[in-house]
Amino acid sequence: MSKFTPHTEDEIKQMLSDIGVKSVAALFSDIPADLKPKSFNLPAGMAEYEAFGKLNGLSAANKTERVLFMGGGYYDHFIPAAVDAMSSRAEFYTAYTPYQPEASQGTLQAIFEYQTMIAKLTGLDVSNASLYDGGTALYEAAAMAVRTNGRSRIIIDAGVNPIYRKILKTYVINQDIDIVEADLKDISTDREKIISLLDDRAAALILQTPNYFGIADDYTDLFKICDEKGITKISVFYPMSLGILKTPGEMGADIAVADGQSLGLPLSFGGPYLGIMAASKGYVRKMPGRIVGETLDKNGKKCYVLTLQAREQHIRREKATSNICSNQALCALRAVVYLSLLGKDGFRKISLLNLEKASYLKEKLAGFVEIKPGVTYNEFTVKLKSDAGEFVKKMEKAGFYAGIPASIYYPDKKNCLIVAVTEKRTLNEIDKFADAFKSALSQVA
Amino acid sequence: MENIFSKSVAGRTGVDAGKTDENTINKIPENLRRTVSNGLPELSELDVVRHFTGLSRENFSVDTNFYPLGSCTMKYNPKINEAVAALPGFTGLHPYTAMIDESAAQGALEVLYEISRQLCEITGMKRFTTQPYAGAHGELLGMLLTAAYHRKKGNNKKYVIVPESAHGTNPASAAAAGYSIITVKVDAEGGIDIDSLKEKMSDEVAAIMMTLPSTLGVFEKRIKEVIEIAGKHDTLMYYDGANLNAILGKLRPGDVGFDIVHINLHKTFSTPHGGGGPGSGVVGVSERLLDFLPVPVVAKDSSNRFILDYSVKNSIGQIASFFGNFGVILKAYTYILMLGREGLIDLSEKAVLNANYCMAKLKPFYDLPYDRICMHEVVFTAKRQAKNGVHATDIAKALIDRGIHPPTVYFPLVVEEAIMIEPTETESKQTIDVFIEAMKEIADTAAFEPQKIKDAPITTEISRPDETKAARDLKLTCF
Amino acid sequence: MEIKEGYFYSKEHEWVKIEGNTAKVGISDYAQHKLGDITFVDLPKTGKEVKQFALLTGIESVKAASDIFSPVSGKVTAVNSALEGAPEMVNKSPFEDGWIARLDITNPSETSNLMDAAAYKVYLDSLEG
Repeated sequence: MSKFTPHTEDEIKQMLSDIGVKSVAALFSDIPADLKPKSFNLPAGMAEYEAFGKLNGLSAANKTERVLFMGGGYYDHFIPAAVDAMSSRAEFYTAYTPYQPEASQGTLQAIFEYQTMIAKLTGLDVSNASLYDGGTALYEAAAMAVRTNGRSRIIIDAGVNPIYRKILKTYVINQDIDIVEADLKDISTDREKIISLLDDRAAALILQTPNYFGIADDYTDLFKICDEKGITKISVFYPMSLGILKTPGEMGADIAVADGQSLGLPLSFGGPYLGIMAASKGYVRKMPGRIVGETLDKNGKKCYVLTLQAREQHIRREKATSNICSNQALCALRAVVYLSLLGKDGFRKISLLNLEKASYLKEKLAGFVEIKPGVTYNEFTVKLKSDAGEFVKKMEKAGFYAGIPASIYYPDKKNCLIVAVTEKRTLNEIDKFADAFKSALSQVA
Repeated sequence: MENIFSKSVAGRTGVDAGKTDENTINKIPENLRRTVSNGLPELSELDVVRHFTGLSRENFSVDTNFYPLGSCTMKYNPKINEAVAALPGFTGLHPYTAMIDESAAQGALEVLYEISRQLCEITGMKRFTTQPYAGAHGELLGMLLTAAYHRKKGNNKKYVIVPESAHGTNPASAAAAGYSIITVKVDAEGGIDIDSLKEKMSDEVAAIMMTLPSTLGVFEKRIKEVIEIAGKHDTLMYYDGANLNAILGKLRPGDVGFDIVHINLHKTFSTPHGGGGPGSGVVGVSERLLDFLPVPVVAKDSSNRFILDYSVKNSIGQIASFFGNFGVILKAYTYILMLGREGLIDLSEKAVLNANYCMAKLKPFYDLPYDRICMHEVVFTAKRQAKNGVHATDIAKALIDRGIHPPTVYFPLVVEEAIMIEPTETESKQTIDVFIEAMKEIADTAAFEPQKIKDAPITTEISRPDETKAARDLKLTCF
Repeated sequence: MEIKEGYFYSKEHEWVKIEGNTAKVGISDYAQHKLGDITFVDLPKTGKEVKQFALLTGIESVKAASDIFSPVSGKVTAVNSALEGAPEMVNKSPFEDGWIARLDITNPSETSNLMDAAAYKVYLDSLEG
């Protein structure tokens, strides 16, 4: 059994004597006998190496050797070793929330720098210190819109990540908020549909680019209409794409949300990820979550502190902007280190490299399979002649995770496969993938 | 320290991203390209490493300082946890893998299945979901489950009851699920006031949220009565697991009659706090709420394979993208395996021993609002010192000067000038004695030279920040 | 603790000064003291109509946030926009320069539901007890 309690028998005796009780059991005398556990049948503990051996076995039981061409909002990106090195520093990861600023300038300044980079990346004014993930960040953005203009209808494009849409629906079920989904025109935004829904009952319009099918779009026109009607403009983005694609700020968004997994976070079977939220100035006081601000100490020295805490649950309680307390601080740290390591030109280049490799594959595949038309970034949709779910299983045997069968969330798109390519895919891997793809197509089911 | 942008030099490059063909941009029409600079700094890898390494050294942390923050359970984070979470079979596993082909993610699914079983045995609940990313997220889920349960039964429920000592996330989460809050007083013993509860109780109360032991660090002696009262009105009982560290192996909320339990894995089960996150607020439910759990649930099929089960009859949907903070859950799972039955029982015993030791040794110097055996944490008040103008916040700052992270101050709200101390079980008598000495010395100084305490901290890089200025002259980015 | 004569006070520590058919509204010295350094006043929109004791707007300090309820029924005709750049005026001069809104009132006799300066003093003494 592993134990992290350091007490010796002598120390225990001394402490009990100081407390004035005869035994440790006496300290639990307030718990009535009939409330003792009905059972507590856990196995005996293990030594560290035994536990590690078991977990190592479980790790090996996951088939991660297959090459990833699967995205759907979560991507196999290059994580520089220095990101792990910085986030493994115990002074960062074993620290608490920076409520005592004099004891946490490290965390506070790192987060402040994170906020700055997110604001710059999105072309907006401010960012918060992080939320849980992209989906919950989207809910919070919708809630901000409702709080701001007092309306209750959310218009959301069906091209927005379907997982985010599910989370949104779950969250609002007991609130006076109604969600209206605008169906796609094939796999792109149906502008006519959206425009028909933009009226003075709409609190917000939510659009995603590139969308779930990989289609990149410029929503400036739709956002202009929102401005005329007092509708809050929410943009869901993909951080890696902002190295080269038009920013939410440039399109006129009020609030931009994303999952920051692509900024130095491993896939890790779904978490921990990073909820990113940026907004224009006017929305700052409505933003949920922690925010770091710059100020001076009593000696005039520049320093950082959690600010606007009057919005948060520990002060406002039931009137808080959100119930969020813990966030994803260490993940935000990884993101700021990642962005600092890549830097201005490095980030642009890696972003471009994603497009380059995806285009290379897209062009290769176009030779023998139908690619859905439209401008794409590092993800695109392939139209197969048969069920994509079956195809993916064939490709698994060839050593690839070939993509996401769209029918998981769009039942009418059974033959569509969404394929992603990141900078990590070597030309060799891509060539082999294309060959395996061609071969799998010609296999009889 | 100067911010990272001030260290930027135009043209400096950091990590190499690989060769790119600049002409690729032509694949994107001009109107879709970004035209404003991404504004990122330009630094070498060494610059970046020096910068963040330097920043880390400005932090207090569990690995460097004693951190007796009440209600946060800042226990030691075993390094083996970090090693496990870094295993490539976990870090490289795409969440969609399980949805495409369960057989490719059997290891990960087993972890999720097994931790639910472990936690069920620990808490007496019937099934756990790992979706909630944090305690507050778990509370929200609990409230959504509550609403779904009452909706199905056709109950007309409008309110959630919380004691006035509740953590702020309790009412905030209930409000986010559409409920109005009724606050009930705390009695002289620090427990929920039963008369006040009876008075405010009605058939319109959906749930009562409680923390056990209470946020005052004392055991709720009349908990059975509370459960009984709730039962009369079909009111669900919610257990906030923030203080679970006190009662492992001594009491199980499921046995007592709670319907919903959330556990803060980053408190009780040693996953690191990360400077504010990521945490994990897994939620366990009683029999009558099983049908409402979020999907997918991890189950076993007839050939003992792990599968994703979407067939939960009246599922509320999902509140997380996949399975919650898997990397955090791995750490808690490893910890529970290592401690086992005896280790978990030992954990709570030592946590409670340490806190009572703090209470006994500090009693002469600070006033104790509830003078009774405490559990894993003890609440003092700085009322005595406040008479001399020294407040809880000053004592906190003085501790920073002495290399100790302050305890929680000004929570719970029911105690004026509250100082909540939770040493945790991983601290030795030596460390605690140093803390006691420091607190004694602060009390003495507060009595005879109060200004010295009010001037603290003086040994840190920065002294007290102007928080008013921070909120009035908002500066939230470097530019 | 200053309590201005000629003003009426609500239990939530708002004050109102009646001037014919209009009223000026703000928070009392006790309220600003309890809140601490005011960091933000969410000024209501002109044209907003409120009933007595209904929510008028919100105010924030470093350590707290509070709702402001209108002590009288009426329609907001002006707000103290100086508070946008200098919220601290509410701390410095809660009864004068720190006024929050002006309303056209519909029912001057509503002051019978409020406390005068003397009654408010009694009320404050009872709170501190």
